[in-house]
Amino acid sequence: MQKIYDTPHNALSDLLFDGMTIAAGGFGLCGIPELLISSIRDAGTKNLTVASNNAGVDDFGLGLLLQTRQVKKMISSYVGENDVFMKQYLANELELEFNPQGTLAERMRAGGAGIPGFYTKTGVGTVIAEGKEHKDFDGETYILETGLKTDISIVKAWKADETGNLIYRKTSRNFNPAAATCGKVCIAEVEEIVPTGQLDPDLIHTPGIYVHRIVQGKHEKRIEQKTIRVT
Amino acid sequence: MAWDRNQMAERAAQELQDGWYVNLGIGIPTLVSNYIPDGVDVTLQSENGMLGMGAFPTEDEIDPDLINAGKQTITQLDRTSYFGSDTSFAMIRGGKINMAILGAMEVAENGDLANWMIPGKLVKGMGGAMDLVAGVGRVVVVMDHANKRGESKLLKECSLPLTGKAVVHRIITNLGVLDVVPGGLKIVEIAEGVTLDEIKAVTEATLI
Repeated sequence: MQKIYDTPHNALSDLLFDGMTIAAGGFGLCGIPELLISSIRDAGTKNLTVASNNAGVDDFGLGLLLQTRQVKKMISSYVGENDVFMKQYLANELELEFNPQGTLAERMRAGGAGIPGFYTKTGVGTVIAEGKEHKDFDGETYILETGLKTDISIVKAWKADETGNLIYRKTSRNFNPAAATCGKVCIAEVEEIVPTGQLDPDLIHTPGIYVHRIVQGKHEKRIEQKTIRVT
Repeated sequence: MAWDRNQMAERAAQELQDGWYVNLGIGIPTLVSNYIPDGVDVTLQSENGMLGMGAFPTEDEIDPDLINAGKQTITQLDRTSYFGSDTSFAMIRGGKINMAILGAMEVAENGDLANWMIPGKLVKGMGGAMDLVAGVGRVVVVMDHANKRGESKLLKECSLPLTGKAVVHRIITNLGVLDVVPGGLKIVEIAEGVTLDEIKAVTEATLI
């Protein structure tokens, strides 16, 4: 079992096709699979449907794929940081499916867990409940949401061992664990690949069964809103 | 004199109870953490996967892997735990968060909340707001009482797309504090220097 690839390009090249669906980890610019995103940009794959909590900023993260108009549809909870996105959306050049953040996370988790549908109270009585099956449990109304399964997932982790066990760091974990499970193929980019046996089994966040390809690289880790306290 | 942003945040901080787990929305609600009363120990939850949020970092402490829901850099505490987004919203939906304090564009007299979209103009998305209002124990809104044109933001019915239906418990504005009660809104507190008539003049919602 050889999961390690030497470059993002090699990890992705036989998987990419126009019209494919991609689940991506990250929250804002934190914990985004920046190297894999750049590689998809370089490959020029188009008509992509991307499920990711946010759409990056204009010149970093998924915003890069919006600039090149490679994205046909975003499934996200918040896209406010990206002006390119807003312009394309308001001009009807881009489809957008808003999912509440918790619903999106649960859709990815469920999709990877063999749960094709689940009920949630989130969004009942709002526009996102329109057209969805409603059901009452214990006198409260819930709506049916579907598990999300994609062609690939691209995630960012802190460390991997050679079998694909992943650990994440602080708030760069966010959507990555759920996203890792819901793609037919999961590619993880990491800061460090360690010899198998070096990670404590009790502290593994994503077991290697979910991870098909690993690529190590150097990350910019851009900060969106640097905020400091003055002492 | 009506309350300013900091005074509204300070008033909202009085809603916190000892031992509570609380989520603070972006904007004015984040200021609430500056006014947590002595003797009230609350744990702040950040929807992006953190329980136990500390203060903003100093320049040396900045860590790009450590941000809050508003994408600002922050610090951790001894009690901090990190987890994935699916776990974060499981605890929100599962009713483990005692209170959410969020901003609003409009609140209706029955507690409907609109705070995520202005069709054709502002289409940023709902983020975690819909989950929060659907799942937490108590929803407190902090908002301006009227918009820039002096029109009431406390309405009989929301005109904007809803975040949640009948979810708001208490509203703190620059003019005072109102509760959502059967039949409408009840003024429970008026800011110093503001009169009852001033509040009534900019409140479209039914006042009980």
